[in-house]
Amino acid sequence: MSETMGPAAANPTERLLKEELGDRVLAASESHGDLAVEIRPEALLAAARLLKEHPALDYCYLMDIAAVDHLGQDPRFAVLYNFYSLRHGHRVRIRVRVPEDAPVLDSLYSLWPAADWFEREAWDLMGVQFRGHPRLVRILTHPEFVGHALRKDYHSAERHRLSRTYDLFLEEKAGAPPAE
Amino acid sequence: MTTITTPPMTPTAPERMVVNIGPQHPATHGTFRIECVLEGERIIESRTEIGYLHRCFEKMSETHDYWGVIPYTDRLNYCSPMINGVGYAMAVEKLLGITIPKRAQYIRVILSELSRIMDHMVCVGTSLVDLGAITNFWYSFRAREVIYDLLEACCGSRLTVSYVRIGGLAADLPPGWVEHCRKLIRKDIPQAISELDKLNLKNPIFRLRGQGVGVMPRERAIAWGWTGPCARASGVDYDVRRDIPYYDYDQFDWIVPVEQGGDVFSRYQVRMEEMRQSLRIIEQYLDHLPGGPVIVDDRRIALPPKNEVYTNIEALMAHFKLIMHGILPPPGEVYSCVEGGNGELGFTIISDGTRKPYRVKVRPPCFAVFQAFDEMLRGIVIADVVAILGSLNIIAGELDR
Repeated sequence: MSETMGPAAANPTERLLKEELGDRVLAASESHGDLAVEIRPEALLAAARLLKEHPALDYCYLMDIAAVDHLGQDPRFAVLYNFYSLRHGHRVRIRVRVPEDAPVLDSLYSLWPAADWFEREAWDLMGVQFRGHPRLVRILTHPEFVGHALRKDYHSAERHRLSRTYDLFLEEKAGAPPAE
Repeated sequence: MTTITTPPMTPTAPERMVVNIGPQHPATHGTFRIECVLEGERIIESRTEIGYLHRCFEKMSETHDYWGVIPYTDRLNYCSPMINGVGYAMAVEKLLGITIPKRAQYIRVILSELSRIMDHMVCVGTSLVDLGAITNFWYSFRAREVIYDLLEACCGSRLTVSYVRIGGLAADLPPGWVEHCRKLIRKDIPQAISELDKLNLKNPIFRLRGQGVGVMPRERAIAWGWTGPCARASGVDYDVRRDIPYYDYDQFDWIVPVEQGGDVFSRYQVRMEEMRQSLRIIEQYLDHLPGGPVIVDDRRIALPPKNEVYTNIEALMAHFKLIMHGILPPPGEVYSCVEGGNGELGFTIISDGTRKPYRVKVRPPCFAVFQAFDEMLRGIVIADVVAILGSLNIIAGELDR
Protein backbone atom coordinates (compact mmCIF):
# COMPACT_ATOMS: atom_id res chain seq x y z
CA MET A 1 0.00 0.00 0.00
CA SER A 2 1.25 3.44 -0.81
CA GLU A 3 2.07 5.74 2.08
CA THR A 4 1.75 8.85 -0.01
CA MET A 5 -1.33 10.64 -1.20
CA GLY A 6 0.29 12.44 -4.11
CA PRO A 7 0.85 16.13 -4.54
CA ALA A 8 -2.80 16.89 -5.30
CA ALA A 9 -3.97 17.50 -1.72
CA ALA A 10 -3.80 21.16 -0.72
CA ASN A 11 -0.46 22.03 0.81
CA PRO A 12 -0.85 23.86 4.15
CA THR A 13 2.88 24.50 4.49
CA GLU A 14 2.86 28.18 3.56
CA ARG A 15 -0.09 28.99 5.84
CA LEU A 16 1.33 27.14 8.84
CA LEU A 17 4.79 28.66 8.41
CA LYS A 18 3.26 32.14 8.32
CA GLU A 19 1.19 31.41 11.42
CA GLU A 20 4.21 30.18 13.31
CA LEU A 21 6.84 32.65 12.15
CA GLY A 22 4.80 35.77 11.42
CA ASP A 23 6.90 38.43 9.71
CA ARG A 24 9.94 36.19 9.79
CA VAL A 25 8.51 34.71 6.60
CA LEU A 26 9.81 37.08 3.96
CA ALA A 27 8.21 35.73 0.81
CA ALA A 28 6.42 32.71 -0.55
CA SER A 29 6.03 31.79 -4.16
CA GLU A 30 4.88 28.93 -6.27
CA SER A 31 6.80 28.94 -9.51
CA HIS A 32 7.13 26.04 -11.93
CA GLY A 33 5.00 24.02 -9.51
CA ASP A 34 7.55 24.26 -6.69
CA LEU A 35 6.57 25.88 -3.42
CA ALA A 36 9.39 28.08 -2.18
CA VAL A 37 9.29 29.99 1.10
CA GLU A 38 11.92 32.53 2.05
CA ILE A 39 12.46 33.05 5.75
CA ARG A 40 14.80 35.08 7.93
CA PRO A 41 17.96 33.15 8.87
CA GLU A 42 17.33 33.27 12.62
CA ALA A 43 13.98 31.54 12.07
CA LEU A 44 15.52 28.53 10.35
CA LEU A 45 15.55 26.18 13.31
CA ALA A 46 12.00 27.11 14.36
CA ALA A 47 10.78 26.61 10.81
CA ALA A 48 12.60 23.30 10.47
CA ARG A 49 11.16 22.03 13.73
CA LEU A 50 7.65 22.98 12.63
CA LEU A 51 8.11 21.28 9.26
CA LYS A 52 9.30 18.11 10.91
CA GLU A 53 6.98 17.88 13.89
CA HIS A 54 3.64 19.35 12.84
CA PRO A 55 1.38 16.40 11.92
CA ALA A 56 -0.16 18.24 8.97
CA LEU A 57 3.31 18.85 7.54
CA ASP A 58 5.40 15.87 8.63
CA TYR A 59 8.40 16.59 6.43
CA CYS A 60 10.39 13.50 7.35
CA TYR A 61 12.93 13.94 4.55
CA LEU A 62 15.59 16.58 4.24
CA MET A 63 16.37 15.87 0.61
CA ASP A 64 18.98 18.39 -0.32
CA ILE A 65 20.80 21.53 0.73
CA ALA A 66 21.99 23.81 -2.06
CA ALA A 67 24.06 26.91 -1.39
CA VAL A 68 24.03 29.69 -3.97
CA ASP A 69 26.33 32.68 -4.35
CA HIS A 70 24.50 35.81 -5.52
CA LEU A 71 27.65 37.89 -5.86
CA GLY A 72 26.87 41.60 -5.94
CA GLN A 73 23.62 41.25 -4.03
CA ASP A 74 23.09 41.78 -0.36
CA PRO A 75 22.75 39.38 1.42
CA ARG A 76 25.20 37.55 -0.77
CA PHE A 77 24.48 33.87 -0.13
CA ALA A 78 21.30 31.86 -0.35
CA VAL A 79 20.87 28.39 1.07
CA LEU A 80 18.02 26.26 -0.28
CA TYR A 81 16.65 23.41 1.79
CA ASN A 82 14.50 20.82 0.05
CA PHE A 83 12.05 18.93 2.21
CA TYR A 84 9.74 16.10 1.32
CA SER A 85 6.85 14.60 3.26
CA LEU A 86 6.40 10.91 2.73
CA ARG A 87 2.95 10.90 4.30
CA HIS A 88 1.46 13.87 2.46
CA GLY A 89 3.56 13.80 -0.70
CA HIS A 90 4.31 17.51 -0.27
CA ARG A 91 7.50 19.28 -1.11
CA VAL A 92 8.78 22.63 0.01
CA ARG A 93 11.94 24.59 -0.59
CA ILE A 94 13.01 26.88 2.22
CA ARG A 95 15.27 29.71 1.14
CA VAL A 96 17.48 31.54 3.62
CA ARG A 97 19.76 34.45 2.75
CA VAL A 98 22.94 35.11 4.72
CA PRO A 99 25.36 38.05 4.37
CA GLU A 100 28.95 37.81 3.23
CA ASP A 101 30.47 39.02 6.52
CA ALA A 102 28.57 36.48 8.64
CA PRO A 103 27.51 33.51 6.54
CA VAL A 104 26.32 31.49 9.52
CA LEU A 105 23.19 29.37 9.92
CA ASP A 106 21.95 26.91 12.49
CA SER A 107 22.75 23.32 11.66
CA LEU A 108 19.81 21.01 11.05
CA TYR A 109 21.86 17.97 12.03
CA SER A 110 20.00 17.57 15.32
CA LEU A 111 16.70 17.21 13.43
CA TRP A 112 17.86 15.34 10.34
CA PRO A 113 21.23 13.56 10.39
CA ALA A 114 20.96 13.85 6.60
CA ALA A 115 22.17 17.43 7.05
CA ASP A 116 25.62 16.10 7.98
CA TRP A 117 27.30 15.83 4.60
CA PHE A 118 25.06 18.31 2.80
CA GLU A 119 26.10 21.02 5.28
CA ARG A 120 29.73 20.00 5.05
CA GLU A 121 29.49 20.34 1.28
CA ALA A 122 27.92 23.80 1.57
CA TRP A 123 30.75 24.81 3.90
CA ASP A 124 33.45 23.32 1.71
CA LEU A 125 32.34 24.67 -1.63
CA MET A 126 30.50 27.86 -0.65
CA GLY A 127 31.87 28.81 2.77
CA VAL A 128 28.56 28.86 4.61
CA GLN A 129 28.98 27.86 8.25
CA PHE A 130 26.56 25.83 10.30
CA ARG A 131 26.36 26.41 14.03
CA GLY A 132 26.05 23.17 15.99
CA HIS A 133 27.29 20.81 13.29
CA PRO A 134 29.30 18.04 14.99
CA ARG A 135 32.20 18.09 12.54
CA LEU A 136 32.10 20.88 10.00
CA VAL A 137 35.18 20.09 7.93
CA ARG A 138 35.80 20.04 4.20
CA ILE A 139 34.36 17.06 2.41
CA LEU A 140 35.09 17.16 -1.31
CA THR A 141 38.33 19.15 -1.30
CA HIS A 142 41.47 18.48 0.74
CA PRO A 143 42.36 20.07 4.10
CA GLU A 144 44.88 22.56 2.65
CA PHE A 145 42.47 23.89 0.06
CA VAL A 146 42.16 27.69 0.21
CA GLY A 147 38.85 29.41 -0.43
CA HIS A 148 35.51 27.98 -1.49
CA ALA A 149 35.39 26.67 -5.00
CA LEU A 150 31.77 27.36 -5.94
CA ARG A 151 31.86 31.03 -5.02
CA LYS A 152 31.54 33.22 -8.07
CA ASP A 153 34.76 35.08 -7.23
CA TYR A 154 36.79 31.87 -6.94
CA HIS A 155 38.89 31.56 -10.05
CA SER A 156 38.82 28.04 -11.42
CA ALA A 157 42.47 28.23 -12.55
CA GLU A 158 43.70 28.41 -8.96
CA ARG A 159 45.65 25.41 -7.76
CA HIS A 160 46.25 24.24 -4.20
CA ARG A 161 48.62 21.38 -3.66
CA LEU A 162 49.00 19.33 -0.53
CA SER A 163 52.30 20.20 1.13
CA ARG A 164 52.76 16.98 3.06
CA THR A 165 51.39 13.52 3.64
CA TYR A 166 48.77 13.05 6.30
CA ASP A 167 48.58 10.37 8.96
CA LEU A 168 45.43 8.40 9.48
CA PHE A 169 42.89 10.45 11.46
CA LEU A 170 42.01 7.69 13.82
CA GLU A 171 45.55 6.51 14.60
CA GLU A 172 45.74 8.63 17.70
CA LYS A 173 42.41 7.47 19.04
CA ALA A 174 43.43 3.88 18.60
CA GLY A 175 46.53 4.42 20.72
CA ALA A 176 48.74 2.90 18.07
CA PRO A 177 52.22 4.29 17.45
CA PRO A 178 52.27 6.89 14.69
CA ALA A 179 53.24 5.72 11.24
CA GLU A 180 56.89 6.21 10.32
CA MET B 1 65.77 -29.98 39.26
CA THR B 2 63.95 -26.83 38.53
CA THR B 3 60.29 -26.53 37.96
CA ILE B 4 59.02 -24.43 35.15
CA THR B 5 56.13 -22.26 36.07
CA THR B 6 54.14 -20.52 33.44
CA PRO B 7 52.81 -17.12 34.35
CA PRO B 8 49.07 -17.10 34.85
CA MET B 9 47.00 -15.94 31.90
CA THR B 10 45.68 -12.46 32.54
CA PRO B 11 43.09 -10.85 30.35
CA THR B 12 44.59 -7.87 28.60
CA ALA B 13 42.83 -5.01 26.99
CA PRO B 14 42.17 -5.93 23.39
CA GLU B 15 44.73 -4.45 21.07
CA ARG B 16 43.47 -1.69 18.86
CA MET B 17 44.46 -1.43 15.27
CA VAL B 18 43.67 1.00 12.50
CA VAL B 19 42.85 -0.46 9.13
CA ASN B 20 42.65 1.74 6.10
CA ILE B 21 40.42 0.62 3.23
CA GLY B 22 40.83 2.50 -0.02
CA PRO B 23 40.98 4.90 -1.79
CA GLN B 24 42.14 2.26 -4.26
CA HIS B 25 40.59 -0.95 -3.09
CA PRO B 26 38.88 -3.59 -5.21
CA ALA B 27 35.71 -3.37 -3.11
CA THR B 28 35.29 0.38 -3.38
CA HIS B 29 34.69 0.21 -7.17
CA GLY B 30 35.73 3.81 -7.29
CA THR B 31 37.76 6.01 -5.03
CA PHE B 32 36.86 6.66 -1.46
CA ARG B 33 38.43 5.74 1.82
CA ILE B 34 37.24 4.16 5.02
CA GLU B 35 39.38 4.20 8.12
CA CYS B 36 38.40 1.69 10.79
CA VAL B 37 39.59 1.26 14.35
CA LEU B 38 39.44 -2.40 15.22
CA GLU B 39 39.36 -4.27 18.47
CA GLY B 40 40.09 -7.77 17.35
CA GLU B 41 37.86 -8.12 14.32
CA ARG B 42 35.23 -5.70 15.50
CA ILE B 43 35.01 -2.10 14.32
CA ILE B 44 34.63 0.34 17.17
CA GLU B 45 34.87 3.49 15.12
CA SER B 46 35.26 4.44 11.52
CA ARG B 47 35.60 7.49 9.39
CA THR B 48 34.63 7.75 5.75
CA GLU B 49 36.45 10.11 3.48
CA ILE B 50 35.23 11.07 0.03
CA GLY B 51 36.16 13.62 -2.59
CA TYR B 52 38.82 11.66 -4.48
CA LEU B 53 36.75 11.79 -7.66
CA HIS B 54 35.56 15.38 -7.36
CA ARG B 55 35.65 16.81 -10.86
CA CYS B 56 33.91 20.15 -10.25
CA PHE B 57 30.77 19.19 -12.16
CA GLU B 58 28.78 22.03 -10.64
CA LYS B 59 31.46 24.67 -11.19
CA MET B 60 31.95 23.52 -14.77
CA SER B 61 28.22 23.64 -15.47
CA GLU B 62 28.27 27.37 -14.75
CA THR B 63 30.68 27.93 -17.62
CA HIS B 64 28.79 25.94 -20.26
CA ASP B 65 25.66 26.50 -22.29
CA TYR B 66 22.63 24.60 -21.10
CA TRP B 67 23.18 21.88 -23.69
CA GLY B 68 26.92 21.79 -22.95
CA VAL B 69 26.27 20.32 -19.52
CA ILE B 70 24.69 17.16 -20.94
CA PRO B 71 27.94 15.27 -21.69
CA TYR B 72 29.10 15.85 -18.11
CA THR B 73 25.93 14.34 -16.69
CA ASP B 74 26.93 11.00 -18.20
CA ARG B 75 29.86 10.98 -15.80
CA LEU B 76 27.77 11.31 -12.65
CA ASN B 77 26.37 7.84 -12.09
CA TYR B 78 28.32 6.13 -14.83
CA CYS B 79 26.47 2.85 -14.32
CA SER B 80 23.23 4.37 -15.58
CA PRO B 81 24.32 7.45 -17.55
CA MET B 82 21.07 7.86 -19.45
CA ILE B 83 19.04 8.59 -16.30
CA ASN B 84 21.33 11.48 -15.33
CA GLY B 85 20.87 13.13 -18.70
CA VAL B 86 17.11 12.71 -18.48
CA GLY B 87 17.11 14.20 -14.97
CA TYR B 88 19.10 17.23 -16.06
CA ALA B 89 17.10 17.83 -19.23
CA MET B 90 13.85 17.52 -17.28
CA ALA B 91 14.98 20.23 -14.88
CA VAL B 92 15.87 22.62 -17.71
CA GLU B 93 12.60 21.83 -19.48
CA LYS B 94 10.74 22.60 -16.26
CA LEU B 95 12.53 25.94 -16.15
CA LEU B 96 11.57 26.60 -19.77
CA GLY B 97 8.00 25.50 -19.10
CA ILE B 98 7.84 23.14 -22.07
CA THR B 99 6.45 19.66 -22.57
CA ILE B 100 8.45 17.42 -24.82
CA PRO B 101 6.82 15.18 -27.48
CA LYS B 102 5.32 11.91 -26.27
CA ARG B 103 7.66 9.82 -28.36
CA ALA B 104 10.70 11.47 -26.78
CA GLN B 105 9.22 10.92 -23.31
CA TYR B 106 8.63 7.25 -23.98
CA ILE B 107 12.07 6.65 -25.45
CA ARG B 108 13.59 8.40 -22.45
CA VAL B 109 11.69 6.08 -20.15
CA ILE B 110 12.60 2.94 -22.09
CA LEU B 111 16.30 3.83 -22.07
CA SER B 112 16.17 4.91 -18.42
CA GLU B 113 14.67 1.59 -17.43
CA LEU B 114 17.25 -0.30 -19.46
CA SER B 115 19.88 1.77 -17.67
CA ARG B 116 18.34 0.91 -14.33
CA ILE B 117 18.64 -2.78 -15.16
CA MET B 118 22.27 -2.19 -16.06
CA ASP B 119 22.86 -0.32 -12.84
CA HIS B 120 21.36 -3.08 -10.73
CA MET B 121 23.21 -5.74 -12.72
CA VAL B 122 26.50 -4.02 -11.96
CA CYS B 123 25.60 -3.67 -8.30
CA VAL B 124 24.46 -7.25 -7.86
CA GLY B 125 27.28 -8.72 -9.94
CA THR B 126 30.14 -6.82 -8.39
CA SER B 127 28.89 -6.99 -4.81
CA LEU B 128 28.70 -10.76 -5.13
CA VAL B 129 32.22 -10.84 -6.55
CA ASP B 130 33.31 -9.03 -3.40
CA LEU B 131 31.76 -11.85 -1.41
CA GLY B 132 33.69 -14.41 -3.42
CA ALA B 133 30.87 -15.47 -5.73
CA ILE B 134 32.59 -14.63 -8.98
CA THR B 135 30.32 -16.63 -11.28
CA ASN B 136 27.51 -14.10 -10.92
CA PHE B 137 29.65 -11.50 -12.55
CA TRP B 138 29.55 -13.24 -15.92
CA TYR B 139 25.77 -13.63 -15.87
CA SER B 140 25.09 -10.05 -14.89
CA PHE B 141 27.67 -8.48 -17.15
CA ARG B 142 26.51 -10.42 -20.18
CA ALA B 143 23.06 -8.91 -19.73
CA ARG B 144 24.60 -5.50 -19.26
CA GLU B 145 26.52 -5.94 -22.48
CA VAL B 146 23.41 -6.50 -24.59
CA ILE B 147 21.89 -3.34 -23.11
CA TYR B 148 25.04 -1.45 -23.99
CA ASP B 149 24.52 -2.62 -27.55
CA LEU B 150 21.01 -1.18 -27.50
CA LEU B 151 22.28 2.18 -26.26
CA GLU B 152 25.10 2.14 -28.76
CA ALA B 153 22.62 1.60 -31.59
CA CYS B 154 20.76 4.76 -30.52
CA CYS B 155 23.60 7.17 -30.02
CA GLY B 156 26.86 5.57 -31.06
CA SER B 157 28.38 5.16 -27.64
CA ARG B 158 28.00 2.71 -24.84
CA LEU B 159 28.58 4.70 -21.69
CA THR B 160 28.91 8.39 -22.52
CA VAL B 161 25.58 8.45 -24.29
CA SER B 162 24.77 12.21 -24.40
CA TYR B 163 21.56 11.16 -26.11
CA VAL B 164 19.13 13.63 -24.58
CA ARG B 165 18.77 17.19 -25.76
CA ILE B 166 16.96 20.02 -24.05
CA GLY B 167 13.47 19.52 -25.47
CA GLY B 168 13.78 15.89 -26.54
CA LEU B 169 16.40 13.58 -27.97
CA ALA B 170 19.30 13.90 -30.35
CA ALA B 171 17.84 11.44 -32.86
CA ASP B 172 15.07 8.94 -33.30
CA LEU B 173 15.56 5.22 -32.69
CA PRO B 174 17.31 3.43 -35.54
CA PRO B 175 15.21 1.10 -37.74
CA GLY B 176 14.58 -2.30 -36.22
CA TRP B 177 15.53 -1.14 -32.73
CA VAL B 178 12.14 -1.77 -31.15
CA GLU B 179 12.02 -5.37 -32.40
CA HIS B 180 15.56 -6.00 -31.22
CA CYS B 181 14.82 -4.49 -27.82
CA ARG B 182 11.67 -6.57 -27.49
CA LYS B 183 13.59 -9.73 -28.21
CA LEU B 184 16.16 -8.93 -25.53
CA ILE B 185 13.69 -7.96 -22.83
CA ARG B 186 11.67 -11.12 -23.47
CA LYS B 187 14.52 -13.58 -23.60
CA ASP B 188 18.10 -12.58 -22.84
CA ILE B 189 17.60 -10.21 -19.92
CA PRO B 190 14.89 -12.16 -18.01
CA GLN B 191 17.00 -15.26 -18.46
CA ALA B 192 20.00 -13.53 -16.91
CA ILE B 193 17.86 -12.32 -14.01
CA SER B 194 16.42 -15.74 -13.29
CA GLU B 195 19.83 -17.39 -13.58
CA LEU B 196 21.24 -14.90 -11.10
CA ASP B 197 18.39 -15.61 -8.73
CA LYS B 198 18.91 -19.35 -9.06
CA LEU B 199 22.53 -18.89 -8.07
CA ASN B 200 21.84 -16.69 -5.08
CA LEU B 201 18.32 -16.72 -3.69
CA LYS B 202 18.63 -20.03 -1.88
CA ASN B 203 22.38 -20.00 -1.64
CA PRO B 204 23.19 -20.68 2.05
CA ILE B 205 26.54 -18.87 1.88
CA PHE B 206 25.00 -15.73 0.46
CA ARG B 207 22.16 -15.88 2.96
CA LEU B 208 24.63 -16.16 5.82
CA ARG B 209 26.63 -13.25 4.52
CA GLY B 210 23.57 -11.13 3.75
CA GLN B 211 20.76 -11.76 6.17
CA GLY B 212 20.85 -9.56 9.25
CA VAL B 213 24.04 -7.90 8.02
CA GLY B 214 24.20 -4.13 7.65
CA VAL B 215 20.68 -3.57 8.91
CA MET B 216 19.33 -0.06 8.44
CA PRO B 217 16.07 0.49 10.33
CA ARG B 218 13.31 2.31 8.46
CA GLU B 219 13.31 5.42 10.66
CA ARG B 220 17.05 5.87 10.42
CA ALA B 221 16.97 5.38 6.66
CA ILE B 222 14.50 8.25 6.35
CA ALA B 223 16.44 10.42 8.79
CA TRP B 224 19.62 9.95 6.77
CA GLY B 225 17.80 10.88 3.57
CA TRP B 226 17.98 7.42 2.01
CA THR B 227 15.95 6.91 -1.15
CA GLY B 228 15.90 4.30 -3.88
CA PRO B 229 16.48 0.55 -3.59
CA CYS B 230 18.41 0.84 -0.32
CA ALA B 231 15.54 2.72 1.35
CA ARG B 232 12.95 0.37 -0.13
CA ALA B 233 14.86 -2.57 1.31
CA SER B 234 14.38 -0.90 4.70
CA GLY B 235 10.62 -0.65 4.27
CA VAL B 236 10.40 2.92 2.93
CA ASP B 237 7.69 2.82 0.29
CA TYR B 238 8.88 5.72 -1.85
CA ASP B 239 9.66 5.83 -5.53
CA VAL B 240 9.83 9.08 -7.48
CA ARG B 241 8.36 7.37 -10.55
CA ARG B 242 5.16 6.56 -8.69
CA ASP B 243 4.93 9.35 -6.12
CA ILE B 244 5.89 12.33 -8.27
CA PRO B 245 4.98 10.75 -11.58
CA TYR B 246 6.55 11.96 -14.80
CA TYR B 247 6.35 10.69 -18.37
CA ASP B 248 3.17 8.64 -17.74
CA TYR B 249 4.73 6.27 -15.21
CA ASP B 250 1.40 6.38 -13.36
CA GLN B 251 -0.50 5.20 -16.46
CA PHE B 252 1.10 1.78 -16.62
CA ASP B 253 0.96 -1.39 -14.62
CA TRP B 254 3.97 -2.03 -12.39
CA ILE B 255 4.73 -2.12 -8.70
CA VAL B 256 7.32 -0.72 -6.34
CA PRO B 257 8.98 -3.63 -4.52
CA VAL B 258 9.51 -3.04 -0.82
CA GLU B 259 11.28 -5.31 1.65
CA GLN B 260 11.35 -5.00 5.43
CA GLY B 261 14.68 -6.60 6.32
CA GLY B 262 16.88 -3.55 5.74
CA ASP B 263 19.89 -5.83 5.33
CA VAL B 264 22.25 -6.80 2.52
CA PHE B 265 19.96 -9.62 1.44
CA SER B 266 16.88 -7.35 1.27
CA ARG B 267 18.75 -4.88 -0.87
CA TYR B 268 19.62 -7.71 -3.22
CA GLN B 269 15.96 -8.81 -3.35
CA VAL B 270 14.70 -5.29 -4.06
CA ARG B 271 17.18 -4.80 -6.89
CA MET B 272 16.29 -8.14 -8.48
CA GLU B 273 12.58 -7.39 -8.33
CA GLU B 274 13.11 -3.87 -9.66
CA MET B 275 14.81 -5.31 -12.71
CA ARG B 276 11.75 -7.47 -13.38
CA GLN B 277 9.48 -4.47 -12.93
CA SER B 278 11.66 -2.43 -15.28
CA LEU B 279 11.18 -5.13 -17.91
CA ARG B 280 7.42 -4.87 -17.44
CA ILE B 281 7.61 -1.10 -17.82
CA ILE B 282 9.71 -1.33 -20.98
CA GLU B 283 7.37 -3.88 -22.53
CA GLN B 284 4.35 -1.60 -21.99
CA TYR B 285 6.12 1.53 -23.19
CA LEU B 286 7.24 -0.30 -26.33
CA ASP B 287 3.65 -1.37 -26.96
CA HIS B 288 2.40 2.19 -26.61
CA LEU B 289 5.32 3.94 -28.28
CA PRO B 290 3.73 6.73 -30.34
CA GLY B 291 5.05 8.11 -33.61
CA GLY B 292 5.97 11.69 -34.29
CA PRO B 293 8.96 13.88 -33.61
CA VAL B 294 11.49 13.28 -30.83
CA ILE B 295 12.27 16.91 -30.12
CA VAL B 296 10.16 20.02 -29.63
CA ASP B 297 9.37 22.16 -32.63
CA ASP B 298 10.60 25.37 -31.05
CA ARG B 299 13.43 27.23 -32.71
CA ARG B 300 14.44 28.90 -29.44
CA ILE B 301 15.24 25.51 -27.94
CA ALA B 302 15.90 22.91 -30.64
CA LEU B 303 17.97 23.13 -33.78
CA PRO B 304 16.05 22.84 -37.08
CA PRO B 305 16.48 19.62 -39.08
CA LYS B 306 19.74 19.58 -41.00
CA ASN B 307 18.21 19.26 -44.46
CA GLU B 308 16.18 22.42 -43.83
CA VAL B 309 19.26 24.30 -42.68
CA TYR B 310 20.88 23.62 -46.03
CA THR B 311 17.84 24.50 -48.12
CA ASN B 312 15.83 27.09 -46.24
CA ILE B 313 17.06 30.53 -45.22
CA GLU B 314 14.78 30.75 -42.21
CA ALA B 315 16.01 27.45 -40.81
CA LEU B 316 19.60 28.55 -41.43
CA MET B 317 19.00 31.74 -39.48
CA ALA B 318 17.32 29.85 -36.66
CA HIS B 319 20.28 27.48 -36.54
CA PHE B 320 22.78 30.32 -36.37
CA LYS B 321 20.78 32.22 -33.82
CA LEU B 322 20.48 29.27 -31.48
CA ILE B 323 24.16 28.40 -31.76
CA MET B 324 25.24 32.02 -31.26
CA HIS B 325 22.91 32.91 -28.41
CA GLY B 326 22.11 29.58 -26.81
CA ILE B 327 18.98 28.50 -25.02
CA LEU B 328 17.77 31.35 -22.82
CA PRO B 329 15.46 30.15 -20.04
CA PRO B 330 13.65 32.86 -18.06
CA PRO B 331 15.19 33.76 -14.69
CA GLY B 332 14.03 31.35 -12.05
CA GLU B 333 14.80 28.50 -9.73
CA VAL B 334 13.61 24.91 -10.05
CA TYR B 335 14.13 21.58 -8.38
CA SER B 336 13.34 18.55 -10.45
CA CYS B 337 13.95 14.92 -9.67
CA VAL B 338 13.88 11.50 -11.29
CA GLU B 339 14.29 8.02 -9.89
CA GLY B 340 17.93 7.26 -10.53
CA GLY B 341 19.58 3.88 -10.14
CA ASN B 342 20.23 4.63 -6.47
CA GLY B 343 17.24 6.78 -5.60
CA GLU B 344 16.09 10.33 -5.95
CA LEU B 345 18.39 12.13 -8.35
CA GLY B 346 17.57 15.81 -8.08
CA PHE B 347 18.75 18.87 -9.97
CA THR B 348 18.39 22.38 -8.60
CA ILE B 349 18.92 24.81 -11.46
CA ILE B 350 18.97 28.56 -11.10
CA SER B 351 18.79 30.70 -14.20
CA ASP B 352 19.59 34.39 -14.41
CA GLY B 353 18.23 34.61 -17.94
CA THR B 354 21.57 34.19 -19.68
CA ARG B 355 22.74 31.29 -21.83
CA LYS B 356 24.61 29.57 -19.00
CA PRO B 357 23.07 28.17 -15.83
CA TYR B 358 23.77 30.44 -12.86
CA ARG B 359 23.92 27.47 -10.53
CA VAL B 360 23.44 23.74 -10.92
CA LYS B 361 23.22 21.64 -7.79
CA VAL B 362 22.91 17.89 -7.98
CA ARG B 363 21.29 15.85 -5.29
CA PRO B 364 23.14 12.57 -5.70
CA PRO B 365 21.27 9.67 -4.08
CA CYS B 366 24.54 7.96 -3.10
CA PHE B 367 25.64 10.97 -1.10
CA ALA B 368 22.76 10.63 1.35
CA VAL B 369 23.15 6.85 1.49
CA PHE B 370 26.87 6.84 2.11
CA GLN B 371 26.85 9.41 4.92
CA ALA B 372 25.21 6.79 7.13
CA PHE B 373 28.07 4.37 6.55
CA ASP B 374 30.01 5.16 9.73
CA GLU B 375 26.89 4.50 11.76
CA MET B 376 26.37 1.19 9.98
CA LEU B 377 29.91 0.02 10.64
CA ARG B 378 29.91 0.56 14.39
CA GLY B 379 30.18 -2.78 16.14
CA ILE B 380 30.29 -5.06 13.12
CA VAL B 381 33.13 -7.35 12.07
CA ILE B 382 35.47 -6.09 9.39
CA ALA B 383 34.60 -8.86 6.95
CA ASP B 384 31.11 -7.42 6.65
CA VAL B 385 32.35 -4.01 5.50
CA VAL B 386 32.76 -5.28 1.97
CA ALA B 387 29.39 -7.01 1.99
CA ILE B 388 27.58 -3.86 3.11
CA LEU B 389 29.53 -1.56 0.83
CA GLY B 390 28.67 -3.66 -2.21
CA SER B 391 24.99 -3.74 -1.33
CA LEU B 392 24.77 0.07 -1.13
CA ASN B 393 26.08 0.52 -4.68
CA ILE B 394 28.11 3.64 -3.97
CA ILE B 395 29.12 5.21 -7.28
CA ALA B 396 32.02 7.59 -6.74
CA GLY B 397 31.22 9.59 -9.88
CA GLU B 398 27.90 10.69 -8.50
CA LEU B 399 29.08 10.84 -4.89
CA ASP B 400 31.86 13.35 -5.56
CA ARG B 401 30.62 14.86 -8.83
